[in-house]
Amino acid sequence: MSMTQSAKRKSLWPRWARRGVMENVATALIAIGFLMLFQPFALSLYTYSFITMLAGTVMFIVVSKFPE
Amino acid sequence: MLNRTADNVARATPEPLARKVRGISDKGLAWLFISPTILLLLAINIFPLFWAIYLSFTNYRANRSNEVVKNLGFANYQRILGDQDVWIAMQTTAHFVFWTILLQTVIGFTLAWLIDRKFRGHAFWTTVILVPMMLSPAVVGNFWRFLYQPQTGLFNYLVAFFTGVPPSSFEMLGSVQLAPWAIIIVDTWMWTPYVMLICLAGLRSIPEYIYEAAEVDRASNWRQFWSITLPMALPFIMLAVLFRGIENFKMFDMVNLLTGGGPGSTTEVASITLKRQAFESWRTGYSSAFAIILFVAVFGLANIYVKALNKVKQR
Repeated sequence: MSMTQSAKRKSLWPRWARRGVMENVATALIAIGFLMLFQPFALSLYTYSFITMLAGTVMFIVVSKFPE
Repeated sequence: MLNRTADNVARATPEPLARKVRGISDKGLAWLFISPTILLLLAINIFPLFWAIYLSFTNYRANRSNEVVKNLGFANYQRILGDQDVWIAMQTTAHFVFWTILLQTVIGFTLAWLIDRKFRGHAFWTTVILVPMMLSPAVVGNFWRFLYQPQTGLFNYLVAFFTGVPPSSFEMLGSVQLAPWAIIIVDTWMWTPYVMLICLAGLRSIPEYIYEAAEVDRASNWRQFWSITLPMALPFIMLAVLFRGIENFKMFDMVNLLTGGGPGSTTEVASITLKRQAFESWRTGYSSAFAIILFVAVFGLANIYVKALNKVKQR
């Protein structure tokens, strides 16, 4: 009984920082960075592509350890 | 018999060694067996990666190894990410990757679907289709150079036969417009069988009873394809796209053999630029930074793909 209760207990981890949401944000960052790297329209977008992609990739690695 | 041999080996083991081995737990023994592989992996993969990251922050030149190595901070990265020529090389790479993957996936899946019909002699045709994939890129590059010869090449004569254009009126490898397509054609010819093979594995893994149930429900062939075949083969198609995508970003051998990046720099993909910087200009630090940028791009893309693949598999 107590085990069921503890299993049902709400997680203290903030909802916005759950793995699913954060992984989606990281994936979006990687995708945007990737498109910026290979687009033919603006050199400035190309310049900032690597940092965007790197931020997304590091974030993905970190948030994939977050609770669901 | 086996026990007796084991006993003999145990008896023959010198006492000091036997005493040591007796003290090792199962986990310790597992680590003992795995450690050579891990050490090799560290030496061949992990150490060079970290070494390249270190070099990317320096002005190191491999041909002047006695010179003092200066720390440049992020200067190499800034230079690459502000260089118009590198930007164009990235666009060439993107063009090349997009078209090769699109063509290979469409043709590969179609071939797999046809082979899966199990017609008479399908095993023979599967083997024939797989031949290009088994050849060495060096061989493929060289014989396609002959095929693309404007005067004597078979490719030009085939195009002439179907279109009526004189065979020597166009040069696949020498033309600015045609050279990128020449490489795309060769890569598609060589690697479509690989995509076909993965897709075929996917198609063969679909249980027959699902189609039987669909037939009972009077689903048309078209409906069966869109509702059963394609969704169930999708993880395999995605896997093929991931493998080919990663490979084509690093594409070097075929481009180097066919055009060497020319004419001008129309087929200069990122890996050719990287090679020129590393082994012709000897800017090792700069090229290391370039390699790290490409690595992060491919690594990020692989992450997205694995996530998408897991989602498709969970459905």
